[in-house]
Amino acid sequence: MKKLRRKVYMTAGYNTISLGTGRKEFNPKKPRPGIEHYIKEAGQGVLNQIGGPENVDESVIGNFMAGQFNRQGHLDGFIPMIDKKLSMKPATRVEGACASGGLSLVTGVRQVLAETAEVVLSLGFEVQNPVKAVYGADILAMAGWFQKRKEGHAHFFPGQFSDRAGAYYEKYGYERTRKGMARWYANAIENARLDPTAQEYHNTNPDPYATALKMKPNGAVFVDNLTVLDCSKVSDAASGIAICSEEGLKRIGVDKKDAVEVIGFGHAVRDITSDPTDLTELETIKFAAHQALENAGITIDQVGTIETHDCFSIAGILAVEALGLAAKGEGADYVAEGKTSRNGEIPFNTTGGLIGWGHPTGGTGVHQGVTIWQQLTGKAGDAQLNIDEKRPYGLTINMGGDDVTVVSIVFKRGE
Amino acid sequence: MTYDERIQHVSVLGAAGKMGSGILLLTAVEMADRALQPENKGKTFVLNAIDVSDEALSGLSGYLRVQVRKIAEKKIVLLRKMYADRKDLIENRDIINEYIFDVLNIVRPTTAIEAAYNSALVFEAVNENRALKVKLFSQINENGNPDTWFFTNTSSVPIHLIDEEAKLNGKVIGFHFYNPPAVQRLVELIQTGKTLPEIVDFAHDFAKNLKKIIVPSNDFAGFIGNGHFMRDGLYGIQEAEKLAKEKNIPLYQAIYMINKVTQDYLIRPMGIFQLMDYVGIDVMQFILNVMNPFVKDENLHSDLLDTMMTQGVKGGQYSSGAQKDGFLKYEKGKPVAVWDIQNKTYVPIAQFEKESDKMLGDLPDSAVAWKATLRMKNKEDVFSKFYNDLKKISTLGAEIALKYGKRSKAIGKKLVKDGVAHNDDDVNTVMLTGFYHAYGPINSYFD
Repeated sequence: MKKLRRKVYMTAGYNTISLGTGRKEFNPKKPRPGIEHYIKEAGQGVLNQIGGPENVDESVIGNFMAGQFNRQGHLDGFIPMIDKKLSMKPATRVEGACASGGLSLVTGVRQVLAETAEVVLSLGFEVQNPVKAVYGADILAMAGWFQKRKEGHAHFFPGQFSDRAGAYYEKYGYERTRKGMARWYANAIENARLDPTAQEYHNTNPDPYATALKMKPNGAVFVDNLTVLDCSKVSDAASGIAICSEEGLKRIGVDKKDAVEVIGFGHAVRDITSDPTDLTELETIKFAAHQALENAGITIDQVGTIETHDCFSIAGILAVEALGLAAKGEGADYVAEGKTSRNGEIPFNTTGGLIGWGHPTGGTGVHQGVTIWQQLTGKAGDAQLNIDEKRPYGLTINMGGDDVTVVSIVFKRGE
Repeated sequence: MTYDERIQHVSVLGAAGKMGSGILLLTAVEMADRALQPENKGKTFVLNAIDVSDEALSGLSGYLRVQVRKIAEKKIVLLRKMYADRKDLIENRDIINEYIFDVLNIVRPTTAIEAAYNSALVFEAVNENRALKVKLFSQINENGNPDTWFFTNTSSVPIHLIDEEAKLNGKVIGFHFYNPPAVQRLVELIQTGKTLPEIVDFAHDFAKNLKKIIVPSNDFAGFIGNGHFMRDGLYGIQEAEKLAKEKNIPLYQAIYMINKVTQDYLIRPMGIFQLMDYVGIDVMQFILNVMNPFVKDENLHSDLLDTMMTQGVKGGQYSSGAQKDGFLKYEKGKPVAVWDIQNKTYVPIAQFEKESDKMLGDLPDSAVAWKATLRMKNKEDVFSKFYNDLKKISTLGAEIALKYGKRSKAIGKKLVKDGVAHNDDDVNTVMLTGFYHAYGPINSYFD
């Protein structure tokens, strides 16, 4: 991939809370905010930090399945609802399953690179709770190839990643893998407790590691090789961020220090109709993340924090291997040893990731960008890391489907 | 006849009632599951839902549709396997909808008793009226298949009397569900001396497939469950009447107090008066009337229940499952007032709550709520500590509770002594699984 021809920044990130089971305010029997609320809150959350809608040239909105979850299509039409002054400006909806948020980010980046915009409002959202999980599984399964739906599991995606976990257990050992997965869960919960918008923010389990280790997968009621704690939950949430050129930053009056620069990115897609070559490898993640690092001209040891797509704990472990942090078959140990925890070698998913913060499918990619922006600019509140000057980079990996669409971005604090 | 052949043609009598609808639901789901087995492909399964009321039968279909959906959603993993050969059913939604259709398609609602003549198995869940039960079974036995088996859900009528009066020659068994049948895991199984062994085997298989826990009870009016509950309820009434007299307080206030003690101090899911409302004052009176003639050393009767019936206050539930007002008046399922038999009106609990609670005294710190005990691992220790603490204090509440616990144990012991229950464990299992008590009545906490 070519080097970026122009400096691109992200700033003014905003997350709504991730609503769903685990949040005290969540009651499945009571009416809840709809998509309008989430789009508006996240959109206005960004506009309030960039001097208002007048400064926005263009908008992008990422979403996976509002057409099914909320019976609503034509989502770009909701952008002017955020503020009247966004009326008559361009807006685009993008979809790439759970990578829709990542697509929203790179689409905004490309618009700035193309010099058709100096300030892009990038949003991502999903409101999944209107549909019961058993039917939601049908909707999410559309991120796979429909021709394979019949032979798939009732809980389609947990089924796909259960197969990956099963292959990993068989190849590298059950006990050690389960330890890694339990630690992944515990890290997610402990980090989520530091972010008031996280779905697991109210989680009070004194020993999430022990809970996860004790729980055994049971194929009779769920899937063969994963427990519910290995899975991200059903979430309603939206995230937003502003994507700007240098000129754009000046226009909105934000100092570079309060922004992150996009140093490089990767974007790759694998054939949805083919099975993964190796169940114990996330080849598209591997490709796109390396593409991003290469594009940025850095190596993984220069990265200080990573937001990776842990829709399932096994996906987190496989990402560790795909990044080359651990050899194949050793990712589980790497995680089990605490190397991905917030005090470890390289902190992953510092506000909980998909398992802890929540996984509003089409919003996740944008949320990852917001978390990295918070961490690198010192705005992460209780979840704030101490970013080492020698490793100033942040990395996001956002995956759609079973390693089909991947967006990966390298960030650094503006200077 | 194999299990599958037996369960191919079934009728439920009183199918639209409180118990009947639950029994029908569970049976319909079991039949559909059998029908979906590869070896039963192409066979027709028929479940007649027989009731006197067309209106109620129409409501029954709605109930079934909602409940079968819930069941299907819970077992979607299994259902996908059961429908693996149906290429046209792809998504969970397709499969769940098809399963709902398949279950409902087995059920034939009708008001005609004649429909049962072709059944190999007849389930009875009509009113607790011995003559009615006997009449229906006789009619089907005379006109139907000679090989038909009869299952009765009676909670009080001795099965051998039904057998003799309907001339069933051992083709009957007591198969007593608890309310609501779809939720409660207990089934009391009552054989007569003549019940055919193959019926007993079938009953065990059927209960197992329905994921029920069987407790055998001897064939004695009221069996174990009502044998305990009716006496426990009558004791509650007596205690309330006594308390009103001794403390010179209105009966409604005493009812509130006894209800509170039986819930909070005995750690039960609801107080005894709320439980009587839940069962229905009318149902309770009916069962007492059935049981009383068979009991020699006690009089199972309450004037207060008669008065409540005369005043038209009966408790029980609406078809939605919501609680009707009885001894207590309910708002959103919670008691808010108590019936005053003198003035025939409800008196808000708020009017006398503070005074009553003060009279009962404070609970010791070791008290636990029933709900908190559901997942507790060291229940025995917690209960021992709490009841030991109760013994150390001399409040009115503690005094009533300890006496109540002793009485509850005595009732349980008597059921074993009288040969109604085989042993202490069976009594405890019934109260634990059928009434959701936190501990069985036969224990040493109150000794």
